Amino acid sequence: MVSSQNESNLLSSEGDSQRTQYPYVTGTSVIGIKYKDGILMAADMGGSYGSTIRYKSVERLKQVGKHSLIGASGEISDFQEILRYLDELILHDNMWDDGNSLGPKEVHNYLTRVMYNRRNKFDPLWNSLVLGGVKNGQKYLGSVSMIGVHFEDDHVATGFGNHLARPILREEWREDLTFEEGVKLLEKCMRNLLYRDRSAVNKMQIAKITEEGLTISEPYSLKTFWNFAAFKNPTVGAEGSW
Amino acid sequence: MDHDATADVNAPHSMGTTIIGVTYNGGVILGADSRTSTGLYVANRASDKITQLTDNVYICRSGSAADSQIVSDYVRYFLHQHTIQLGQPATVKVAANLVRLLSYNNKNMLQTGIIVGGWDKYEGGKIYGVPLGGTIVEQPFAIGGSGSSYLYGFFDQAWKDGMTKDEAEQLVVKAVSLAIARDGASGGVVRTVTINSEGVTRNFYPGDQLPLWHDEVEAHNSLLDILNATNPEPMST
Repeated sequence: MVSSQNESNLLSSEGDSQRTQYPYVTGTSVIGIKYKDGILMAADMGGSYGSTIRYKSVERLKQVGKHSLIGASGEISDFQEILRYLDELILHDNMWDDGNSLGPKEVHNYLTRVMYNRRNKFDPLWNSLVLGGVKNGQKYLGSVSMIGVHFEDDHVATGFGNHLARPILREEWREDLTFEEGVKLLEKCMRNLLYRDRSAVNKMQIAKITEEGLTISEPYSLKTFWNFAAFKNPTVGAEGSW
Repeated sequence: MDHDATADVNAPHSMGTTIIGVTYNGGVILGADSRTSTGLYVANRASDKITQLTDNVYICRSGSAADSQIVSDYVRYFLHQHTIQLGQPATVKVAANLVRLLSYNNKNMLQTGIIVGGWDKYEGGKIYGVPLGGTIVEQPFAIGGSGSSYLYGFFDQAWKDGMTKDEAEQLVVKAVSLAIARDGASGGVVRTVTINSEGVTRNFYPGDQLPLWHDEVEAHNSLLDILNATNPEPMST
């Protein structure tokens, strides 16, 4: 009796697109919150290549049609492909020329279907997406993961943001945040990520979308704080410690 | 050599090569080393990794030699047809996106990182990086291949916007030479290709004419030349 064990399939033929791929150039967390006039979203501009911070000017927040904003973490090439799909979606929507336009809820649903169907084919788009927007006065904020898990909420985050930003948002988010308060809140989260996420980069953009329209800020950096007594003398009183 | 079947397949593969592309005020300069290795053996010590796609667009190839060659052959073919249909030279952006399409749509099978550089009348000199996975990134300068690991810090410090052609050429040659000094998978000669509105110029810097870095010593034909020098030095241990 011969039992042929298929030797570790880790290195099996890479022509086999039946198996899940792995990411190469990746973006880290995206954070999104609802505020008084619409949605605010933040993401840094890093494109990591394994542990190397290879690209430092990657725009991970993009406009979608008239009413929506998408932020992506994960494999950048897959995000670039998603942007092409969305471009085609919006184009066809415009071609109807019927005065109607796809809102954030519809775009979110479209993305969910795309991501979930790819997951079912074991060929995922390796991204976690945040989709936000305002249409007819209605604010909308949702997220989709690479396996098609999707939900909408008042504040969402991807990647490390789930662990570091959402607890802050749970405590400090309010329905009636002003633009200034929202920005400060996002910056508090982003600074935290900068301290604690190895793939974070100190160059970010914040995007705002309201009924009036969308703006994505120019890239900028946050100040960081290191001037603490406990940092200067961490081992005081504990000889041999580090 | 034992191959560990449980090796971390999620880490990006390091690629034997150093390739560079920089823009300057008027065009681009592409640079590369010339070593092609098969395991530890140097299969070709004078390869040409800077490949022509059209009159005005060239690419630097890294990673699998076979994969990068077949991608460049396909893109050259498509660009040729595109140029005929368009009636004028293809733009660097189109060339880069064709490379991206092939790299992205075959990402499970290909292992090649490519730097696309050229000059067109609309945008002037442009450099696009297309790393593993098929991301496309337009950059003022790009580095790739295993030797590039040693150049991130160097370029962070030495790169300046708006360099002249000669400054940019010297920067590229210095950088490839530094990478060769430390990366076992890079070596041989430094080749550069300069592309601007006037056309294309190829340059060749033989390995023995590159500057010497730390812990490297001058080359001689023989010990005997040293011993027979005007002031013969005693042999030291």
